[in-house]
Amino acid sequence: MSNTDLEIVVEDPTAPDDESPSVVSRRTIEIVASLVLLALAVLLGYDNWQTGIEWDSTGPQPGYFPFYLSVILGGASLYGLISALLSPGAKIETFVTRAQLRRVLLVFVPTALFCFATQFLGIYVASFTLIAGFMRWIGQIAWWKSLLTAFVFTAIMFVTFDVAFDVIMPKGPLEAALGR
Amino acid sequence: MEALGLLLHGFSVLLTWKILALMMVGLVLGVFVGVLPGLGGPNGVAILLPLTFSMDPTSAIVMLSCIYWGALFGGAITSILFNIPGEAWSVATTFDGYPMAQQGKAAEALTAAFTSSFIGSLVAVMLITFLAPMISSFALKFGPPEFFAVYLLTFCSFVGLGREAKHKTVISMALGLLIAGIGMDTVSGNLRMTFGSSDLLRGINFLVAVIGLFGISEILLTMEERLALRGHAAKINLRTVLNVWMDLPRYWATLLRSSVIGCWLGITPGGAIAASFMGYNLAKRFSKDSESFGKGRIEGVFAPETAAHASGTAALLPMLALGIPGSGTAAILLGGLMVWGLNPGPLLFVEHKDFVWGLIASMYLGNVVGLVLVLCTVPVFASILRVPFAAVAPMIVVSCAIGAYAIQNAMFDIWLMLGFGVVGYVFKKIGIPLAPFTLALVLGSRAEDAFRLAMIGSGGSLGVFWSNGLVGTITTLAITLLFWPVIDRIFTDVGRMLRPASAAG
Repeated sequence: MSNTDLEIVVEDPTAPDDESPSVVSRRTIEIVASLVLLALAVLLGYDNWQTGIEWDSTGPQPGYFPFYLSVILGGASLYGLISALLSPGAKIETFVTRAQLRRVLLVFVPTALFCFATQFLGIYVASFTLIAGFMRWIGQIAWWKSLLTAFVFTAIMFVTFDVAFDVIMPKGPLEAALGR
Repeated sequence: MEALGLLLHGFSVLLTWKILALMMVGLVLGVFVGVLPGLGGPNGVAILLPLTFSMDPTSAIVMLSCIYWGALFGGAITSILFNIPGEAWSVATTFDGYPMAQQGKAAEALTAAFTSSFIGSLVAVMLITFLAPMISSFALKFGPPEFFAVYLLTFCSFVGLGREAKHKTVISMALGLLIAGIGMDTVSGNLRMTFGSSDLLRGINFLVAVIGLFGISEILLTMEERLALRGHAAKINLRTVLNVWMDLPRYWATLLRSSVIGCWLGITPGGAIAASFMGYNLAKRFSKDSESFGKGRIEGVFAPETAAHASGTAALLPMLALGIPGSGTAAILLGGLMVWGLNPGPLLFVEHKDFVWGLIASMYLGNVVGLVLVLCTVPVFASILRVPFAAVAPMIVVSCAIGAYAIQNAMFDIWLMLGFGVVGYVFKKIGIPLAPFTLALVLGSRAEDAFRLAMIGSGGSLGVFWSNGLVGTITTLAITLLFWPVIDRIFTDVGRMLRPASAAG
């Protein structure tokens, strides 16, 4: 029979504080995003215009289709910009609080470092470092558990992709030393 | 009848130890993906796609579609036991599923969810079996104008029928179409939007974008929130399962209604989210005791789950028959077909019979095996949630990076994935929908090719899209759907103006 006791409980000691102050409002981000998209539309539109948006003997030139898409993107972004500027409600709506941003950066920064490290160390060594480091420093999990999990997971990935399915992955000095 | 023969042939393709083993692996991975926070059907399929690169297309698609079925089943586990809908279409399941779990009826709720998912999928697969070959043979007569009109219909219906702000859907779609155009133009060989970068020469692979947009951004969003969980444990025994199954005939009307809604919204790009809510609301409306909904009524689990799964499965119908995916996950599966060198669309039924019918047969078999698997292993999968997120998050990041790199063996793609992760995070938070973006990214070059060929054929006249009854109807329908919100408002206003007059009269 089913059990009504609350059996699965996972606590989160690093949970963000509900009272944390807002870093930026949703309206500000909507305005910034609309401006970026508008700039992108102008840039891509100009590039496609240079590529050619006319008709020649073989039909529409390569820039024809994407040029008009840039116009549509620009128009929609402009509409978004104006509606964000005119909506007072979104001004007080929080996009991210300080505590939330801190946690997002706790994932984003290690991920960016991992991407950087992959270029030099290869994906497996970088993966091992990311998993072990993340579990230890951010999750506050015991050293031995972090190292063991990272090793087992990386080994499974290596065997699955490199050995069993023959998918080529970026390698580094360690793999070179081991002759792979 | 011909379809039945071909389906039997499909089963014969499928019934090998190798494929059955892949099917099990796919289902287990899928349930994992469905249960883990920060992952879901589309992400799971996108991340695990590289695993299938070295397989033959039939084995690959069977494994991927089983990951998809598994993820759909897994979503119900977290909705019912933890009140955490893994996907938006599981939200309606929590309304009655979680109260049932609180009342000690978690096993009944889970059995109801899995069984109704199975029924919804089964109805949709039957529809695919009999309808897809007919649609595809009809579509063989299509030329470039008809194909472009169908693509236009898909895009317009996303804008017109979507619940998000219209300009945001347009932004998402235009951006997707533009990104699909980066790289070498297939017709003229000219370079477009590369800005002298050699990395952009080969274009931006849509899978890299999807892994970033869905996988990485979801990790960022999940991390942002509180990660504490408090939920119910559940064990399912045979008696509970049989009791729920014995009760099923009482709910035949709900199951049938939800299946029909699901199939309809799956084929048209209405989506599983709309289907699940519509299924739930209609069940409530037709019920004699609608007050009890939301308080732990089994019908409230049957209705949304049947509709969501019928919709999720039916979304594969236009993908197989026309090469146009009905959902984000179908779009990723379609991308997979292209990676394996298959050309999705009506010719698939003619040129790759083994593949198509193997896939359709796997939908039947995958759902049966999936149902048995989840019923037997719920406690195991529910306990996955005990694993701390600090261990899960970096593993997902690594899986995403491996997936992104493996597609084109390019380091640049790992950086792109990270960039798309940030874009996905911002887009999700400001309400720009990602499904139209994915769809546009997949269909972009095909839509452009169809447009250019149609325009070349007509010497540059847009009149080609109204040159015969078929293409004219589809194009007009597309434009009507695009402006549907405006048309709907006009009808409502006119109706309101006429009503007092007729009442006075």
